Amino acid sequence: MFSTARKSVLRQARTQLRLSQPTALPQYSALRRLLSTLAVLDQRDGKLNIASLAAVTAGTKLGGSVTAFVAGSGVKSVADEVAKVKGVEKIIYVDNDAYDKGLPENYAPLVVENIKKGGYTHIVTGHSAFGKNLMPRVAALLDTQQISDITGIESEDSKSTTFIRPIYAGNAILTVQSSDSTKVITVRGTAFPAPETEGGSASIAEGVDPKVECPTEWVSEDLAKSDRPDLGSADKVVSGGRGLKSKEEFDRLMPPLADALGAAIGASRAAVDSGFADNSLQVGQTGKNVAPQLYLCAGISGAIQHLAGMKDSKVIAAINKDPEAPIFQVADVGLVGDLFEKVPELTEKLKTQ
Amino acid sequence: MSGLRILVPIKRVIDYAVKPRVNRAQTAVETANVKHSMNPFDELSIEEAVRLRERKVPVSEIVAFSAGPPKSQDILRTAMAMGADRGIHVVVEDKDPQLEPLGVAKLLKKVVDEQKSNLVILGKQSIDDDAAQTGQMLAGLLNWPQATQASKVQVEGETVTVTKEVDGGVETVRAKLPMIITTDLRLNEPRYASLPNIMKAKKKPLEKKTLKDYELDAAPRLKTIKVTEPPPRKGGVKVEDVDGMISKLKELGAL
Repeated sequence: MFSTARKSVLRQARTQLRLSQPTALPQYSALRRLLSTLAVLDQRDGKLNIASLAAVTAGTKLGGSVTAFVAGSGVKSVADEVAKVKGVEKIIYVDNDAYDKGLPENYAPLVVENIKKGGYTHIVTGHSAFGKNLMPRVAALLDTQQISDITGIESEDSKSTTFIRPIYAGNAILTVQSSDSTKVITVRGTAFPAPETEGGSASIAEGVDPKVECPTEWVSEDLAKSDRPDLGSADKVVSGGRGLKSKEEFDRLMPPLADALGAAIGASRAAVDSGFADNSLQVGQTGKNVAPQLYLCAGISGAIQHLAGMKDSKVIAAINKDPEAPIFQVADVGLVGDLFEKVPELTEKLKTQ
Repeated sequence: MSGLRILVPIKRVIDYAVKPRVNRAQTAVETANVKHSMNPFDELSIEEAVRLRERKVPVSEIVAFSAGPPKSQDILRTAMAMGADRGIHVVVEDKDPQLEPLGVAKLLKKVVDEQKSNLVILGKQSIDDDAAQTGQMLAGLLNWPQATQASKVQVEGETVTVTKEVDGGVETVRAKLPMIITTDLRLNEPRYASLPNIMKAKKKPLEKKTLKDYELDAAPRLKTIKVTEPPPRKGGVKVEDVDGMISKLKELGAL
């Protein structure tokens, strides 16, 4: 008797809870929309940014169908390329040069129109400069709370999907669930391997173009030119810090080491702030996140903001003259010594291998 | 328009130099008895607003705003000591549901309307949640131009030119006021508040409000399932010399 009474009270309390949840859609009804993902891809000058394909991988992890999206002038060729990517069911493209620079003022309404037309449940893009700039604006227009920079997805069924993301510069890992009917997500590229770019056969379709006026004018860009592998996706990274003492020393020691390994060059914030290296090379909470096979750093003490950007590397090697430097607590291989001797010696010995 | 009416939203966060600890129940990061300060990116925002005024750009006022626990008034005082003219504090008690970026953006939209702001300078992200959303969301809700991760801001009359940090370099965009700017590290070097300015800041007006005053429904959309410590990396071995390093890296399959 008591127990039934208690149960009914519980049930009532639960119903109350459920009613107070801000759900726009009757998510618990049998009419629930099927899970479908729109992966917004980044392209520049008719070239697909391969790193943005991590969004496709995340989409396939969610289950359900994956539709890719590109916009810009003459992007039909990019769409043809994306159609071959494994896991993509359909690719929607919008050919209009107003979208070339990914300006969110007109790009966000464009994405929103295509989401409304396709009825997607999950919108995914990379947590790159493009994604960070655009997606929150899209989320606000859809009245949904974005989930940024996810590193994992655990999905039983679409009702109980949880997303994993680092907070506090990677010092804590948060697992969240969203009650929004349309979920907007940005993904950490290094946590989702890019899909195979051959063997798929997606259908290609033109999207809708609302042609919203853009109040912002793109003036110019200045991108660092480099023949080395891209820092964000390189499988080896050599990184220099304040211990290099000057830009001249940085330029004298780091490039030969990088070339000996076929690695990309990174830098700590201290090195960037001191003007030793270009800020596009910064690794850390406020710079790039990297997760290469080998992260070899010299003259970097290992502040938490720096560790946030590289501690998912497979193997970390460190050269530092201070045996107490925090970097040695995470390094698989540590060498205590003067980098001005050790780095050239290492470069020479790697060259002769 | 007699000049810029700048709104600078700031957030109280655990100090950047403190290593956060996850609480025992794995529901959140421990915040009791931990040093808090202004989010570093927000210091850059205040600094930039004050520098605009110092660069003789007509600025009619700089309003610092924060939504957070009672102690957030400390960082609002700091902002005023750095040069903000007044502060608005929407008090959100610790026991209340915490605002998410979307909720903050909705609140800021109401504040922008109320204060008739025409330039909002925010940090690019807060170092606790690492979301990097609020500024862009606000721009979307207001339908204003946005320039994120600014490393240089130039104002000429109604036109604002911003150099932004992007992957692999910088890009420059230009828009007319009103607009939203979010700051990046290389924008400026925030000043320290001097003692006389800290004393003066105590006399500047600080308005206390609640979410009710803004009739805002900002129920959280995300539910925290758990907060955990990241898997620890074990420090490996120290080697004696370069040869040792090379052979160890080979052994680990990294070369």
